[in-house]
Amino acid sequence: MEIFWILAIPLTGGLLLALFGCRSFAPELNATMSFATFVASAFLAFRVVNDGSFSVFNEQFFVDSFNVFLVALTAFVSFTTSLFSRPYMRIEQAHGKLSINMLRLYHSMYQLFTFTMLLVLLTNNMGIMWVAMEAATLTTVLLVSLYRTPASLEAAWKYFILCGVGLAQALFGTILLYFAAEKVLGAGGTALLWTHLDAVKSQLEPTVLSLAFVFLLVGYGTKVGLAPLHSWLPDAHAEGPTPVSAVLSGLLLNVALYVVVRSKVLVDGALGTHFAGDLMMGFGLLSIIMAAFYLSRQKDVKRMFAYSSIEHMGLVTFAFGMGGPVATFAGMLHMTVHSLTKSAIFFAVGHATQKSGTQLMENIRGLISTNPTIGWGLAIGTLAILGMPPFGVFASEFLIITTAMHAYPWTTPFLLIALGVAFAAIFSRMQEMVFGPATGQRLPHPPALIPVFVHLGLVLLLGLYIPPYLADWYRQAAALIG
Amino acid sequence: MLNFAGQLINLFAAMLLLISFAMLSQRRVLSLINLFALQGLVLAVSTTVVAYSSNQHHLYYSAGLTLLLKVLVLPWILHRLIRKLNVKWDVETMFNIPTTMLVGIVLVVFAFNLAAPISQMAGTITRGTLGIAMACVLLSFLMMITRSKAVPQVIGFLAMENGLFFAATSTSYGMPMVVELGIALDVLIGMFILGIFFFQIRETFDSLDLKHMEKLKED
Repeated sequence: MEIFWILAIPLTGGLLLALFGCRSFAPELNATMSFATFVASAFLAFRVVNDGSFSVFNEQFFVDSFNVFLVALTAFVSFTTSLFSRPYMRIEQAHGKLSINMLRLYHSMYQLFTFTMLLVLLTNNMGIMWVAMEAATLTTVLLVSLYRTPASLEAAWKYFILCGVGLAQALFGTILLYFAAEKVLGAGGTALLWTHLDAVKSQLEPTVLSLAFVFLLVGYGTKVGLAPLHSWLPDAHAEGPTPVSAVLSGLLLNVALYVVVRSKVLVDGALGTHFAGDLMMGFGLLSIIMAAFYLSRQKDVKRMFAYSSIEHMGLVTFAFGMGGPVATFAGMLHMTVHSLTKSAIFFAVGHATQKSGTQLMENIRGLISTNPTIGWGLAIGTLAILGMPPFGVFASEFLIITTAMHAYPWTTPFLLIALGVAFAAIFSRMQEMVFGPATGQRLPHPPALIPVFVHLGLVLLLGLYIPPYLADWYRQAAALIG
Repeated sequence: MLNFAGQLINLFAAMLLLISFAMLSQRRVLSLINLFALQGLVLAVSTTVVAYSSNQHHLYYSAGLTLLLKVLVLPWILHRLIRKLNVKWDVETMFNIPTTMLVGIVLVVFAFNLAAPISQMAGTITRGTLGIAMACVLLSFLMMITRSKAVPQVIGFLAMENGLFFAATSTSYGMPMVVELGIALDVLIGMFILGIFFFQIRETFDSLDLKHMEKLKED
């Protein structure tokens, strides 16, 4: 029943906001809808952690501890982002960047985007996963181009075409998967259900599955932002409105990676080798290194943090590629802390750019003296994302690197150098933006910074102490995907 | 009978490949849309033949869906769009057509090689056509790369989806119905969004030429 509500609330929210999105209460309605989705997902999470996995509606939907953790995370970050977007979008409107109709489009698409992500996570059908993933692209294209500036239109076009072509390859991968499955499970609706595929994975044709995985990884990997398929990501993050950057970076990338991991489980079962893991490690490592070296060349603050997202998604892909209980646990923990930290950073960055009237880092100065909360939010968030102890990112990165040292020692220098380069690049930029003489103007509405500190507080908590309840939950999930 | 149907399907597959090449070299936007509609028609007819000869009833529905969506609705939307955007008589200047065609031939050879091991495993009567399906996908991809205007790029994108649909029919008699419906819905919504998007691009850049949109680069 919870699954029904989780999907129905954002869908109705999208329709309601399409009708009433131009009223003054639209931002509050948006936040209320997201809150209701979050409550429903919390109930679902409790149920799954206590009673174990189950499937409903003719097995069309399926939850286990792996996807329920992402459902809860997605619903939570969508909710906090909707809180942040309330004052943020009002300020944008006061600055004359948005008209009332654009806001209506924004609110409606925001809810529909949440819906598509939750559908990807909850569906049991690999075909519907693809459909929902494509729908997630479609709902965000118009969000990226919301400001109608030349740069934002270009970014949205690039986003649409590159992700469209990428997903076309993923569709071909899905067709191949169905082709292999149909020989074992028979034609018809059930042959693409993940639970059924999982039950017979050792009988699936290995050559077809390995080819299918290559297409699925390249296809969905485009959406994860893995190098060298990442070129849409910095543009889309930099040109779209900041709440959209936060959910793209914090949630969409995770969701795309989730599909890759689900496919990996099947391919591992069919092949019995480490082929899928090796591919993922390769793509992951390449993304980490590439992103680290691009970081230092960025001038736009949102672009810089977009590259940082590529780096962290590379790290998570690498961790899932290594496999095994510890690395998988670390990968999931890193997914969680990265989502929370990166969206918090985007919230702070959003208000900082509004104050300075530019996204160029050389013109953002002295945040601490004019608005201490924004300044501290950005400073602490940056330290957290760079993997400083005692934040949660440190814990997960530590686990990933120590596992890599044991299992694949040759990767250690690459990982350490990339993390070091990223640290040097981001830390010095952050210092200049946060300290130093002040520039910038007062904001017409008070900024919303509670979500920033809630997120950072959670990341700090996860770094200091992972509640046994949560650790059990992650361990269950890690055992499922191994 | 089965043999005759097999021949017929091969004939339609060959026509699809031919249309893909024609699209690759077609410079006029209007003719491109008509070619796209023709491709959809051939696809629908060949799907019907497959459905008849293999007794796969759900394929009749997919054929109907293809006919409705790719022969009627999408070309109609595209025709309306180019009329409203005033690009109906646009002729694109394209990079060296013979070279593109040669690259296309290489892609076809590559596609057949890639498809050979899979089609050997398939048990469908259409298995020989997987190579052609993959060739169509790759050729549409090439078309997207060589075009510098927004509308032809999108037609290339839609043609790629046609190729994938054909691939699904030839390996495993199509996908489950719910997935096919979902894909069709995505394509339709995508077309609407692109329609809105075209107007936004035109309003901002005064043209649908994508060469204005090459500002965002790493320096």
